[in-house]
Amino acid sequence: MKTIKIGSGAGYADDRLTPALDVMTYGDVDYIVFECLAERTIAIAQQRKMQQPNEGYDRLLKYRMAQVLPLCVEKKVKVISNMGAANPKAAAETIKQIAEQQGLHGLKIAAITGDDVFTDIVRYQNETLLENNRSIKDLGDSIVSANAYIGAKGIVQALSAGADIVITGRAADPSLFLAPMVYEFGWSFDDADLMGKGTIGGHLMECGAQITGGYFADPDYKEVPELWNVGFPILAVTEDGEYTVTKLPNAGGLVSEATVKEQLLYEIHDPARYLTPDVIADFSNVSVKAIDNDVVQVSGGSGRPKTGLLKTSIGYKDGYIAEAEISYGGSGAVKRAALAKQVIENRLAAEHIKPIEIRYDFIGLNSLYSNEFASTAEAAEVRLRVAARTADKIMAQAITREVESLYTNGPAGGGGIRSHIQAIVSIGSILIPETDTDITVSYWESNK
Amino acid sequence: MKLREIAHSRTGDKGNISNISLIAFEESDYELLKDKVTAAVVKDWFQDIVAGEVIRYELPNLKAFNFVLYGALGGGVTKSLAQDMHGKSLSSKLLDLDI
Repeated sequence: MKTIKIGSGAGYADDRLTPALDVMTYGDVDYIVFECLAERTIAIAQQRKMQQPNEGYDRLLKYRMAQVLPLCVEKKVKVISNMGAANPKAAAETIKQIAEQQGLHGLKIAAITGDDVFTDIVRYQNETLLENNRSIKDLGDSIVSANAYIGAKGIVQALSAGADIVITGRAADPSLFLAPMVYEFGWSFDDADLMGKGTIGGHLMECGAQITGGYFADPDYKEVPELWNVGFPILAVTEDGEYTVTKLPNAGGLVSEATVKEQLLYEIHDPARYLTPDVIADFSNVSVKAIDNDVVQVSGGSGRPKTGLLKTSIGYKDGYIAEAEISYGGSGAVKRAALAKQVIENRLAAEHIKPIEIRYDFIGLNSLYSNEFASTAEAAEVRLRVAARTADKIMAQAITREVESLYTNGPAGGGGIRSHIQAIVSIGSILIPETDTDITVSYWESNK
Repeated sequence: MKLREIAHSRTGDKGNISNISLIAFEESDYELLKDKVTAAVVKDWFQDIVAGEVIRYELPNLKAFNFVLYGALGGGVTKSLAQDMHGKSLSSKLLDLDI
């Protein structure tokens, strides 16, 4: 039975490159997929593109491709990535230039577009965001991006045309992995069970090392060998949609039933209804079985026909977040931090600074779980954190200045103030008919 | 006994919704988890954090559960004021539950 091997090259935008190069060099893989595009990343990339039309692709594209392209040629590994972000065509052009600088001839690069529906936003004026019911009409000019999650079809088309490198914008993460399976095995998009199986395989792979021992170690409970050198996963898929997950033998980490289960359930809601542009995948009857050292077989995935609706991320400007922190140590540290909080509260009231929302954390005591602690609590050290959401930057600055002034005006011994102000781009979603998108594949080729 | 002794967990996020898996180390502990760690128990355990409902999905093949916590992330990752805006550390709190 025909088998293909797909490696993971990145699980998020800033992921390590060395494990990806190792998978390409030693993994005997046919494909490598770099998943680098978080929900908000594309909205921010869209803003870069507005300022500079040749920008808006992944910031690490050049760094990654300079090292990936030679292996792509030498090891005959095809590359699929959403590093196109807001500008897949500019990314493809950039990759072509890098290939030519390196003397890599005849590399065929495909850019998939059609996910960007920002220019059509007026069509969706009457829609409201699923998360908070705010209407597109009311968000008006604050909207900076609108990208539909598109499926595997455009990538399959590019592979069929002989592309060595396929660059997308906002494609659904599992679709990046499903596409080579569809292409290689000639699967029909109407075969929901195969689409489901392939999608679940993609879901397992899309977060890189999160299935090979990354994000897993808990000393004395869950040990991971050589975590510092954790390898990226390799999926070996057969044409009937069954697969095994493994890693390079020399890489650190592990692949066990436990690591696979954790990643299988990562970021899913109803396991029977995992919605993607390609299928409604059903995880509920999946089983996992370790069949060898660091080799886990996954079976039992299925699917039902896709909804025909695409989740579409709307990015919109949503004010500012101001954050500032200060540390207190030694005996009485908690009481001094609590006094500092009181000072800030009174100062903001006296200055009539009223943020939309404000939050105080005592790092070391309650910053993760919002739990109560006794006023007599002691800690070797504690860090007061003030975080506020404001409509404008001036108020955000006023708040961080109040924390900064705790050096000379606050309780004794406060130190290590850090402050940070960030413009918020919030993300909400609407559903649009798949037929509203026009998926187009464009090609570039490095000099022969 | 803390859950940590018999199960492991990972948290994921989508918008303002958190999901936390709970996976038995030993298959034989699945029924105990099913009995003790109900959606109501989890909602109560996270009452300082979770505004909305908690749904538990059962995965008997995997000897695991998936808890979906609505309104758990302070308005969502992009605008949350929380130190841990993704709620990544919620799995560790779940494993501290005494059963």
